[in-house]
Amino acid sequence: MKEYFSLLFIGAKSLLVGLGVTFRALFQPVVTVQYPRERIDITPNFRGHTELVRDPETGSHRCIVCMMCDRDCPSNCITVVGESREGVKGKVLTAYHLDFTKCSLCGACVEVCPTIALCYSHEYALAGFSPEEFRYDLLTRLEEKG
Amino acid sequence: MTAMESASFLPPELIRIAVTSLIVIGFVFFNSILLGYLERKLAGWFQRRPGPMEVGPQGILQLIVDGVKLVGKQIIIPKEASTPLFLLAPLLAFMPVGIAFIVVPFSARLQVRDLDVGLIFIIAIMSFNVMAILIAGWGSNNKYSLFGAIRAVAQNIAYEIPMLLSLLAVVLMANTLSMRGLVLAQGHLWNMIVQPVAFLIYFIAGMAETHRAPFDLPEAESELTAGFHTEFSGMAFSFFYLAEYTHMFFVASIAVVLFLGGWSGPPLPWIDYSGIVWFMLKVYALLFIMIWIRWTFPRVRFDQLLNFCWQYLIPFALVTLLITAVVVKL
Repeated sequence: MKEYFSLLFIGAKSLLVGLGVTFRALFQPVVTVQYPRERIDITPNFRGHTELVRDPETGSHRCIVCMMCDRDCPSNCITVVGESREGVKGKVLTAYHLDFTKCSLCGACVEVCPTIALCYSHEYALAGFSPEEFRYDLLTRLEEKG
Repeated sequence: MTAMESASFLPPELIRIAVTSLIVIGFVFFNSILLGYLERKLAGWFQRRPGPMEVGPQGILQLIVDGVKLVGKQIIIPKEASTPLFLLAPLLAFMPVGIAFIVVPFSARLQVRDLDVGLIFIIAIMSFNVMAILIAGWGSNNKYSLFGAIRAVAQNIAYEIPMLLSLLAVVLMANTLSMRGLVLAQGHLWNMIVQPVAFLIYFIAGMAETHRAPFDLPEAESELTAGFHTEFSGMAFSFFYLAEYTHMFFVASIAVVLFLGGWSGPPLPWIDYSGIVWFMLKVYALLFIMIWIRWTFPRVRFDQLLNFCWQYLIPFALVTLLITAVVVKL
């Protein structure tokens, strides 16, 4: 009999506490973001697809066409194309193909790069109608951005 | 006056019936749209979301757009379903809600008919809903629907007892079953203060009767997809939806009539019919509490549901009734 009533009072009290919690939530500010109209800043540690770094001194990329990223890529999604030019030491980058449909975002290319020529982009709104839209040429992207 | 003169060959009773049925049907739809919007908006705010935001300012037209969508949708009848029962069920759910408005006293002068047995009438009409749910579940020929219907019937039969017992305590005090008489019998001291236990029991049982969370077992999404209305689409589905929200309104208005003094309240100077304002305010305050409860508590288990009814609500309702009877007799 004692248990019968204690259960009733404990239950009623906990129900009222629960109602209090939700009632307080009613007057607290909304925490969700209305996505297409509002966007929150993404963390600088965000690892999107890779991007060529623009060197502030030369205003261009730092790639020396050493092919380390090309060789290191576990998904074989990087193709670096370079050519030798007269009067220029080493090779000159002519195209940097990144097949993002295969990329697993492991970051091995960024880590292996001897000149820190690669970084992660902060692009997350990735949607397209064909795989072609995700086969980037990072060199032209860099030029278009500049 | 011309409209009145041209209509004078019609018996005034007929005009009265036509006008009231138009108002009632209009109000059924308006109430459902309003409650549906409030439910979704408040659900958002309780969970710190903004709720519907896309259609109109603050998403205010969302339910109208939803209604248009539902009207435009096809009613798909499953191949193995019993077609007559399948089509009868939503009508049976929707039809009685208009009838029950006859006895709701919105104000001292605004009531379609004051029946001597108004309270019994409204409760009898409301319990048609169980029949509709049973037919819907049976006619769908779907195990989820049938389970939902079985649960609904067990739940409604169990919870009608404490609900009626708690209302009976008030009826014993007022010595009348007419809705108007029940309001007038209260005077300035509302029955909620005189009979707090009966009010609580009625409110809990009323929530279970309308299958609202935490008692929404007949349509428990996680177990039964949508329960008895799993197979329904288009207007057939929206009839169940309209019936549910109108039932919520009836549960709240019975509570207001019997326990919260009906239309009584300080007269508002700028409105002649201040009663209706007070009545609606009280009804929607109770409906807010029902929505608030829905978005706070998790669903009960079926044994918990029935144990709560038989172990707590019915004994307490019986004791309340007994005490009331003794006090009234003295």
